[in-house]
Amino acid sequence: MNNAAAIQVRGLVKKYGQKVAVAGIDLTVERGEIFALLGPNGAGKTTTVEILEGYRSANSGEVKVLGFDPATKGAAGQRWRNQIGIVLQSASDAADLSVIETISHFANYYQNPRDVQQVIDEVGLREKINAKARELSGGQRRRLDVALGIIGSPELLFLDEPTTGFDPEARRSFWDLIRTLKSEGTTILLTTHYLDEAQALADRVGVINEGKIIEIATPDTLGGRNNAPAKVTWLENGVTNEVLSKNPTEEVIRLSQRFNGQIPELQVLRPNLEEIYLRMIGELK
Amino acid sequence: MKTIRETLRIGLLRSALEFKQFLRQRESVVFTLFFPVILLFIFGTVFKDTIAPGVTFSQYFVAGMIASGLVNTGFQQLAITIPMERDFGTLKRLRGTPMSVSSYFIGKALLVTILMIIQTALLLFFGTLMFGLNMPTSLTLWWNFTWLVVLGSACSTVLGIAFSVVPKSGRGASAVVSPIVIILQFFSGVFFVFTSLPSWMQQFAALFPLKWLTQGMRSVFLPADFATQEVAGNWEIGKTALVLMVWLVAGLVISIKTFKWSRE
Repeated sequence: MNNAAAIQVRGLVKKYGQKVAVAGIDLTVERGEIFALLGPNGAGKTTTVEILEGYRSANSGEVKVLGFDPATKGAAGQRWRNQIGIVLQSASDAADLSVIETISHFANYYQNPRDVQQVIDEVGLREKINAKARELSGGQRRRLDVALGIIGSPELLFLDEPTTGFDPEARRSFWDLIRTLKSEGTTILLTTHYLDEAQALADRVGVINEGKIIEIATPDTLGGRNNAPAKVTWLENGVTNEVLSKNPTEEVIRLSQRFNGQIPELQVLRPNLEEIYLRMIGELK
Repeated sequence: MKTIRETLRIGLLRSALEFKQFLRQRESVVFTLFFPVILLFIFGTVFKDTIAPGVTFSQYFVAGMIASGLVNTGFQQLAITIPMERDFGTLKRLRGTPMSVSSYFIGKALLVTILMIIQTALLLFFGTLMFGLNMPTSLTLWWNFTWLVVLGSACSTVLGIAFSVVPKSGRGASAVVSPIVIILQFFSGVFFVFTSLPSWMQQFAALFPLKWLTQGMRSVFLPADFATQEVAGNWEIGKTALVLMVWLVAGLVISIKTFKWSRE
């Protein structure tokens, strides 16, 4: 079983009344990888993830998470939750409890919890260990959420928009935490609105729109990004010129010869993930 | 067996955690634990009459206040706080852990019991201090008192959990739940002598547990011969136990069937 994929989805369909939220999704997330699910609001992203987390049931299709159907009710479903960790979007619970009280309490729920003190260090809440949740900043509060998500030593961690509202520095150190978890062998399913976050963390990204997966690829090859023309810009006679080129190196050499060496204000820009992504979901609208 | 022990263990831990959170919310401490004492003070000071030879209104009122305390700490508190926990994401987070729903229910039931014991002790203490309240005199009465508190707490807890699906949001919950409780208190003979109420009110109140709890508490705190002044001419102890049991089972079934972990 341990060799099987962490997440396997075949033909997943979910309807709310007449409205089709998820229209037949196939998805495989391998063990040990960070997979980022991207998509605009209302694309079916949250519904898909909540089915994988066991919060919702599907209308049809096959779903296996760590070899188990998350929709299973009763004691078996509860036991399966020992192996997963969920970091939900905005929560504001346990406001009157301190960081250490909440994390220690949640450790009791799991068969194989991590060391509470170690988790507090890992998420960087050592200095806030006795602070009440209501006294934490947005970023610290999110770190507490992550601590509660990983306290049970999950094999698979769901992260739903984990860095919304973070300042750039907090985001960087949060990314380091996620990389540490990956290096320990944790599989991570990440949903995010930040394309730079997907670029920085994900081994693979999947783009979902109107209930369907449009493409699954590495961040560098999504949407033919690796073969897309690069934009070369330079300054000439006080005007910024630009050329789109499949072969920017030749373009630069040509320019360099024309300017006899130094090209003023030279820039070579590969399309970033965000441009590719916006083009992908824009095309379909 | 191991699973049951684990469920109980987590339930105990949850009740300790919930009690800790309760104590840190000053307004809920005052409202839940001291409000009945404040009411007792007001009613006991205003109504100084005796309603029967040797029975003061405050004696009658304490019985009713203990009974409605069961409804306040159980039904009212849970039906308001659970929708708030739903809004805050507490329940959704718990749902994503291996904690079983039984542990959550046990935690709530124990919290209600702890609060009920404190509240009752406060009422008895201040009632004796301020209004010379008479304590139950026999072991049988203390036994009746004990099972009424236990059964009443359990009943009130499951009905609170069951009702927690009704309020649409945590913010609006109080406005939905509190009027129900206050009306039931008026109809069930907490603020007035039950037999002085119009008979339609009495009959309506008899459908709900609070009327039976107040009557049961009167059987504990009022002299035995006061029973002749009750509607049925006696305390109807057996019937009280039966009504509470029926509500307990109904509440439990509804709770398990309808409990919602998140706002859809």
